[in-house]
Amino acid sequence: MLGLEKKDFRLLLIVIGLTMLAPFILNPFPEGSEMAQFNAGYPDLMQRFVIFGIFAIGFNILFGLTGYLSFGHAAFLGVGSYAAVWMFKLLSMNVLPAIILSVIIAGLFSLLIGFISLRRSGIYFSILTLAFAQMSFALAYSVLTPITGGETGLQLALDDPRIFGVAQTASGNIPVPAIFGLEMRASYELALGSWLFTFNAGYYLAALFLILSFYLAIRIFRSPFGMMLRAIKSNQTRMSYTGLNARPYTLAAFVISGMYAGLAGGLMASMDPLAGAERMQWTASGEVVLMTILGGAGTLIGPVLGAGMIKYFENIFSKINDTILHGWFAFLPDGLENFVVAIIHPFIGKGWHLTLGLVFMLVVIFLPGGLVQGGQKIAAMFRRKQPEDAQSKATEPAE
Amino acid sequence: MDQFILQILNGLDKGSAYALIALGLTLIFGTLGVVNFAHGALFMLGAFVAVTMSKLLTLSHKVVDEARTDFLGNPLQVDVPYIYDWFGQAAGDVIIDWAVPISIVAAIPVMIAIGFIMERGLIKHFYKRPHADQILVTFGLAIVIQEIVKYFYGANPIPTPAPSAFVGSFDFGVVLGFDPNAIIYPYWRLVYFFFSIGIIAAVFAFLQFTTFGMVVRAGMADRETVGLLGIDIDKRFTIMFGIAAAVAGLAGVMYAPINSPNYHMGMDFLVLSFVVVVVGGMGSLPGAVAAGFLLGILESFASMSAVIDFLPGINQIIIYLVAIIILLTRPRGLMGRKGVMEE
Repeated sequence: MLGLEKKDFRLLLIVIGLTMLAPFILNPFPEGSEMAQFNAGYPDLMQRFVIFGIFAIGFNILFGLTGYLSFGHAAFLGVGSYAAVWMFKLLSMNVLPAIILSVIIAGLFSLLIGFISLRRSGIYFSILTLAFAQMSFALAYSVLTPITGGETGLQLALDDPRIFGVAQTASGNIPVPAIFGLEMRASYELALGSWLFTFNAGYYLAALFLILSFYLAIRIFRSPFGMMLRAIKSNQTRMSYTGLNARPYTLAAFVISGMYAGLAGGLMASMDPLAGAERMQWTASGEVVLMTILGGAGTLIGPVLGAGMIKYFENIFSKINDTILHGWFAFLPDGLENFVVAIIHPFIGKGWHLTLGLVFMLVVIFLPGGLVQGGQKIAAMFRRKQPEDAQSKATEPAE
Repeated sequence: MDQFILQILNGLDKGSAYALIALGLTLIFGTLGVVNFAHGALFMLGAFVAVTMSKLLTLSHKVVDEARTDFLGNPLQVDVPYIYDWFGQAAGDVIIDWAVPISIVAAIPVMIAIGFIMERGLIKHFYKRPHADQILVTFGLAIVIQEIVKYFYGANPIPTPAPSAFVGSFDFGVVLGFDPNAIIYPYWRLVYFFFSIGIIAAVFAFLQFTTFGMVVRAGMADRETVGLLGIDIDKRFTIMFGIAAAVAGLAGVMYAPINSPNYHMGMDFLVLSFVVVVVGGMGSLPGAVAAGFLLGILESFASMSAVIDFLPGINQIIIYLVAIIILLTRPRGLMGRKGVMEE
């Protein structure tokens, strides 16, 4: 189906199902119950899940397939955001031209940086991409203020031209991003019993892009081009001995993943029309590396899982506080309860980064293939045999 | 001319910090072949050894002072550091004042111990893994260390003053025959510069003139042969890891008065130090030191107002720009050895 093998098609169907039903799946606890704080089914967070999912899928095409570890991918996301906001300022509030332009601009930018950085490999490549991203960040923050808005970020204003749209709405406000009249922030709320499900237009647009990105990623993974990229990862020297120039392939992978990042940036700006330089900082680049490794580099579904997990931790885990913990452990005797809460305290709330760092270290140490490998191991344990699927087993850590 | 000298001086202290961190990074890379992303965290831990020391020294207990009363007329409670009880007030004040230099003594064993634990507990298991894995696991470790420090010390920078003897600035203008106040330079930065020169010299002397250093250098050149000669090279490399951690820690201790330590100072320095290492040439100790000072001085030149007027924003990007140019024109960096990290 759709040019996919049966197994890949099933995976795609699972992803479609998960994204389309996400408002239900992520809201398993009834409104007002004690567990309601673990619901992730509100539009803002769901949008972030899919947008960072797209970003991580793109990063994985570069890192997972070729093994080139870029530490500057956030620069493309930032450039994409700026491009989209400029389209909102100049053209109209329709998100489609904005997203298209952000993909194109990010693609051109990654072509430039990739062309230079890919002259080196290994750690030198990492440092080069890091250097370019930090340069973009520093410039966006200081000299390029007329284009980027500097420290305050790029924002919409009432006197923007918006030649195909309106500069301001009838009530004198800045118009909101929309697709052919459907506002990104428009939501339909469905109350079922004590459950409340929110269906958000922006989320579903982003989810459609995620499905499209995922489909493209499967096609790339299974294509001769993807095979070539994997060959580059496993032994670049041998590739060049067979008379093949690896550079165009790696450059193509770099540009594709840059365009994915630009798409994510454009979507991010569409959901909330402002762009700031901090999106380009190296910590943001580090985050997408974390997501990809955590989920499983070189696997199809891994990066999406990693992105979802980190964003869930960031938004939900960080909300747990001592009062909630005391509520959970109330069944224990008082002294023990306080002791348990004191032990857990550093890992929750503001300390969620500590948990993230620990989980990440454990994954790198014990599961170089990420959560996907972990899942396969558990599945294999139950089935009492090795997974036959050689493709998804090939999650060797990249050089 | 006076501006010129001033900028060189300004570049020296930051350059010293870069050079010390890059030296440690290169030591670890050259001996163990590990790319240590947690090295910035070691630098930060060093700075927090100084913070802890000055907190410990001012640890006090309450004493009721009968002579004075508070605004309600009750006898006033005064905090008296334990140091006063032990050494008397005058000596106690001096000790508290010199907290940062004193913490050097504490930092050496502490940092060597942390280095040992890191190497034996974690990094040992990553020798055979790809470089990307080493980068990732040490990156995770850096996050963990950083968050632990944040948990105990909070997110705000903690001012850690230098001894009052070093407060104030040295007027180079008078010495060199320029106008007074044309070139003034804080004493502590001067101390920092000479301190780092001392550390760098000590590390090089240790490697060059001791038997231990000779074995380590031999191990860096050809690990297998040294092992075949019946020398336990792994043990010596572990000790070198401890020394590299101590170098980073000392750089941090002495840097505390220049910039108040906060939990993410390590990451800020780490990125630049990696650039320094790569510019100097992966695996070359003199290269790391030279590139550290070079980039520190270039950075301060780029922040001269005359240069900024000419090329706006250059001060923000100069280091990265230099790194890109050097990496593209001299693939092995300034003094890189052949065959290092080129697979």
